[in-house]
Amino acid sequence: MSLPVREETDRRIDELKGRFPHQGSALLPALYLIQEEKGYISDEAMEYVAGKIDVSPAFVAGVVSFYTLFHRGPTGRHHIQVCRTLPCALRGCQDLIAHLERRLGIKVGGTTPDGRFSLATVECLGACDTAPMLQIGDRDHGPLDARAVDALLESLR
Amino acid sequence: MPYEPLLLRNAGKPGSETIDAYLASGGYQGLRRVLKESTPEKMVEEVKASGLRGRGGAGFATGVKWGFLPKTRDKPRYLCINADESEPGTFKDRLLIEKDPHLVLEGIILSAYAIECRTAFFYIRGEFHQGCRVFQRAVDEAYAKGFLGKNILGSGYDLDLVLYRGAGAYICGEETALLESLEGKRGLPRIKPPFPAIVGLYGCPTIINNVETLANVTLIAERGAAWYATIGRPPKNTGPKLYCLSGHVKRPGVYEAPLGVPLMELIEERAGGLLRPDRPLKAVVPGGSSMRILPASKCDVLMDFDSLVAAGSMLGSAAVIVMDAGTCMVWALLSLARFYAHESCGQCTPCREGTGWFVKILERLEAGQGRPEDVDLLTDVANKVEGNTICPFGEAIAWPVQSYVKTFREEYEEHVRRKGCPLAATATVS
Repeated sequence: MSLPVREETDRRIDELKGRFPHQGSALLPALYLIQEEKGYISDEAMEYVAGKIDVSPAFVAGVVSFYTLFHRGPTGRHHIQVCRTLPCALRGCQDLIAHLERRLGIKVGGTTPDGRFSLATVECLGACDTAPMLQIGDRDHGPLDARAVDALLESLR
Repeated sequence: MPYEPLLLRNAGKPGSETIDAYLASGGYQGLRRVLKESTPEKMVEEVKASGLRGRGGAGFATGVKWGFLPKTRDKPRYLCINADESEPGTFKDRLLIEKDPHLVLEGIILSAYAIECRTAFFYIRGEFHQGCRVFQRAVDEAYAKGFLGKNILGSGYDLDLVLYRGAGAYICGEETALLESLEGKRGLPRIKPPFPAIVGLYGCPTIINNVETLANVTLIAERGAAWYATIGRPPKNTGPKLYCLSGHVKRPGVYEAPLGVPLMELIEERAGGLLRPDRPLKAVVPGGSSMRILPASKCDVLMDFDSLVAAGSMLGSAAVIVMDAGTCMVWALLSLARFYAHESCGQCTPCREGTGWFVKILERLEAGQGRPEDVDLLTDVANKVEGNTICPFGEAIAWPVQSYVKTFREEYEEHVRRKGCPLAATATVS
């Protein structure tokens, strides 16, 4: 049977198993590796990783669904996560979200037809000093007004 | 005399996150001294004598917590560093991790030595990408210079540190949920007792400490418990503290001051006062979103553990969320209710169901469809959540609901009477 991940990823998951006193701890970092390669965690990937860590696929599905940073399907090339919790709300994140929806022509939860952007709201990202803010990939951006967010979108191809 | 920062002494300087800058500013001297001259027992006593209380939220005495470890040595002991900073309004640990990781790391090594642990886990919020990169680099540097690994500084003491990324779950900041997550499971809090000091990670004795707490251990090792215990409001509220100012202030940010600094000094002097001159202060959450709200009339209070309990709230994570007169207290609570409904792990019925009830009732009030009995219903449900859940998440939503409704009851009733939100147009600063 062929591997659902690259050999390199498979090897790194084996390494992870030896890194912890109990190999179960390797599950979250293994899921991160898979997502890094594939963009999301498929059913096939869950079965594969269950076999690697020696837990059931149902257990893996439970873990994947518990944590918001694991995606079950593809996201846009730039996945925009806007913080919506109180400190950002006090600084106008509602307007930021509405502006993004208009500008991208999608609703929260959607992806642009060209696959360039997907839009999500998330809970407090722990960057309330830069409210209202959002995260794209591994970078935070804030504080953002309409003009700053337009410039940001322009810069992302 | 102006206050000289201790926790943020390096944070503003260029290159502050590198080991060279940290060493040049005298870093790792405390660790050198302790490994050479002290013992684990003495280190625990030193931290007890300093009066240091945990900076994660509960304010429990750090040295006392360490003392709960069993005397037997038949199992390995673990130190887990709680860097899962997720309490809305809180962003202090992030600053330490990104700007002065070695101050934190030195405290980790000292604390691991004190509790005789040889493997420590740094559990960092998955969303903290920059923090994760910076801290991993700091750990690599520390291994290369002999501050981590085998036979640290020739002392015979070994310590390994493993970084572990969370994956997006507020509840994993609760210490037993953190342990579950670190074991590769869903982050469901465990029933206590047994406490983690007895049965923790992989069933072994485990201490979980917050990032800022551990940075304070570095200060204690450097300059001694006697010096440390003079800072703040001794004997029970000692040491420096990081305060996170957010919401309707001119300069949101992290500010350092001793424990016991007046709340209004933080708002007016450090954070530059309120954002808009035409809108006076309405209310402040002094310790993160889970804590009870203080109306403006009760904001002449000192920011320390005991003063805030006396004022009817708690210091929590020292996240000061400032709200001006344009803020609707139904809308603000709805925002929090949505947060808690989203983040409830779902394990306990009162919390899982109660958070959903809060959202529904508050949405109804805000939309002008509130019923007269809704105001009391909020408190009634909150009273049934409080104290009836495995972990303190229940209180974390019950306390805001109870206190917002009690303090601003008239505003809740007005939503019912006027069939909608009187402040809908001014709820934000946009």
